[in-house]
Amino acid sequence: MTEAIPPKGAGPLARREARLAWGLLLPTIAIVSAVVVVPLLAIFWISVKPIGLADLRPPAPVVRENLRGEGEDLRVQYRLRNSSRDVAISGVTLSDSLPKGLTVREPDARCEVEGTAVFCDLGDLEPGGRHEIEIFVTAETATDPLGDLAEASPPRLTGDAPNVLTNFVFTFENFIRIFDGGEFWGVLGVTLFYAVFGTIGALVVGLFAALLLDTSFRGQGVLRGLYLFPYVAPVIAVAFTWVILFDPFSGSANALLLRMGVTESAINFFGDRPLALIMVTVFEIWRYFPLSFLFILARMQSIPEDMYEAADMDGASPFQKFWYLSLPQLLGILSVLFLLRFIWTFNKFDDIFLLTGGNAGTRTLTVNVYEQAFAVSNIGAGAAVAVVIFACLLLFSVIFFKVLSREEGL
Amino acid sequence: MTLLRNGYVTGAVLGALWTFTMAVMVAVAMSFVTGDAFRPSLLLSLGLGALAGGASIHGRAIAMGAAGVLAALGLLGAGPVQTAETGPLAAVMAHVALAAATGAGLVKILVGARAGPLTRHEFEAAVICFLTGFGYVFFTAIVAIPFYVMVMTSLKNQQQLVQNPLDFSLDLSRGWGLFDSYVELMTTFNFGSYLWTSFFVSILTVALTLAFSIPGAYAVARLRFRGAAVFSRSILLIYMVPMIVLALPIYIGYSMVGLRNSILGIVLIYPVTTIPVALYMLQGYFRGLPAEVEEAGLMDGLSRLQVIWKITLPLSLPALASVSLYVFMIAWNEFLLAFMLLDDPSKFTLTRGIASLNSSEIPRQHLMAGSVIATVPIMAIFLGLERFMTRGLTAGSVKG
Repeated sequence: MTEAIPPKGAGPLARREARLAWGLLLPTIAIVSAVVVVPLLAIFWISVKPIGLADLRPPAPVVRENLRGEGEDLRVQYRLRNSSRDVAISGVTLSDSLPKGLTVREPDARCEVEGTAVFCDLGDLEPGGRHEIEIFVTAETATDPLGDLAEASPPRLTGDAPNVLTNFVFTFENFIRIFDGGEFWGVLGVTLFYAVFGTIGALVVGLFAALLLDTSFRGQGVLRGLYLFPYVAPVIAVAFTWVILFDPFSGSANALLLRMGVTESAINFFGDRPLALIMVTVFEIWRYFPLSFLFILARMQSIPEDMYEAADMDGASPFQKFWYLSLPQLLGILSVLFLLRFIWTFNKFDDIFLLTGGNAGTRTLTVNVYEQAFAVSNIGAGAAVAVVIFACLLLFSVIFFKVLSREEGL
Repeated sequence: MTLLRNGYVTGAVLGALWTFTMAVMVAVAMSFVTGDAFRPSLLLSLGLGALAGGASIHGRAIAMGAAGVLAALGLLGAGPVQTAETGPLAAVMAHVALAAATGAGLVKILVGARAGPLTRHEFEAAVICFLTGFGYVFFTAIVAIPFYVMVMTSLKNQQQLVQNPLDFSLDLSRGWGLFDSYVELMTTFNFGSYLWTSFFVSILTVALTLAFSIPGAYAVARLRFRGAAVFSRSILLIYMVPMIVLALPIYIGYSMVGLRNSILGIVLIYPVTTIPVALYMLQGYFRGLPAEVEEAGLMDGLSRLQVIWKITLPLSLPALASVSLYVFMIAWNEFLLAFMLLDDPSKFTLTRGIASLNSSEIPRQHLMAGSVIATVPIMAIFLGLERFMTRGLTAGSVKG
């Protein structure tokens, strides 16, 4: 009798299923890699290039065309200029067609004229350099409309300039620059403070809120909806509200504290050094406690009721039930939430950017990307900071997936 | 611990804490409503609260009496809230409200307490009752105050705001003039068009996201292929890449291609930021659907795609609703990309429009009115569909 042997490898059905799966995934993979993977590679590329904001517009020749002079002296004048002050442009050419009514008398030495078509080969243009071409002409009609006509047909220019983005000049200047001095470690410290305390705070406050709403009563749905408001509202709206509420000169919070006699003089909540960082962390807790509250509540409501009944039979008090039953059950979701929120908070940009703009000791790594790239106009340095963030993210996600595998099923 | 569990001590401590909480709450609420100075007194509220709490363990009637004494003391100027600089009517209201809230709370908290040592259960029940009450007051306050300030500021004018930043009472004699900021935003600041752009962009984002993520989520959840686990992990990883890291190269790329300053560019980029989330949420839901129904469909001769269309999708309408809602919310609230990519005021989304109001030349009530305009639609949609939202947010990651 032959033994039954299970089939090895993928059968035709399994292969067809896999093909269908990849077919269904293909659009997603394509678009996500186009918009996520390509920019990530680009970030690595840019981070080792000496590139500023101004280099995004590659150097090009700029021209002005005029009809000048009268009679013998009548001439079409082209004034060329290199738009860049640092980079030379090579192989500059200019081509234009003169309006009807103008005949060329004497072209510039660098130009060839055929009928009304003008072509000039100008060679190289130094950084910040200029060229002037004059073509003497005679006019058959009045010169003013002819001048307008001449200016109406802009000349075409060509020229090659090295593009910093695509050439092979590399530098570690960006990384040296961001790691130089104590600034980087200060920024990293602020980021870690913000991420650690923002995450823990949001978890603790969320846990408290979830415990509150774990009982069912009338109006529970309304309260749950209300408590989610900070998370649902647009960040820009709530951030500006906080800024106005805590304004040092005309904010309601300061007015309230002054009236109540809590403080003698107005407090600059978002402008003083240690306080601003605490305030943005509090904002983070305020804005994201609803999220952890939601997740914790969902997990709480799925804890089987009979465990609590058994505990009741054994005479456990409410705090004991919380400490010995609920908390161990919630530990899984709490650890996953902690890591997830930690990563997100670490990556958070909008909140701090809107509240303080990264001033008063609240500059985190993400705000630093923006500062370097747009405020200092050094895109390369911004990209270098982004690379550092990405490296941190990879590190965290390794830890995250380890924990997630342990808590599999969550 | 045993000392703390004595009925009098428990009553006094909880009474003091509760009275102080109520004093702060009443003072803040009254200040925000009237703009006058209501001062909670730390020492008086703790002291009087302790006495009231200690008295309240003897029963409901005595608790009510204690509350009455609180109100009377308050009117005489020695209560937990000092109202020396306020109007008489507001002062009476504050003291009565404080006494009522304190009394009702104490009765509820100390209902099981009595003189002498309490059992562990009685003591903890009282503490939990206090914490619950405190929690409701605390959370409602921290959520409601910013939104209250936002709405009220938008209804005032510059002069009123500078005069007394605490005064949020409405000057009803202005009639429709209250809504001046909104009218101005809609007419001179073009907010009607921003509202439309935001809506349009968000709806398109939802449609595109669903179109991409439904097949992907189905494949990850149902079909067996090598690399499914890796794929599902990398989706989560992409979800975690910070937007600012991507925004920089996207800005550069868009500058070079000429997609900056165009709605098309925004519509192209938004779905990509939401597809990973949507895919992750949907695959969690699809996994929970019974596979047998789909297999029955396959046996009856439907192709996989027909199964998805005719069986899976109708079954997962609630999940689709919540994912749509969530994606709509993300797109509606998105700020960073709009801020970096849009410069032309005629193409702003709502969030970008609000950002442009943040300048010293534009009065702040306009800024708040813009914030209200952006917040109200999303809140309305959200409150109407709250059920879907809560379920959807937790569906992908919490197996219950």
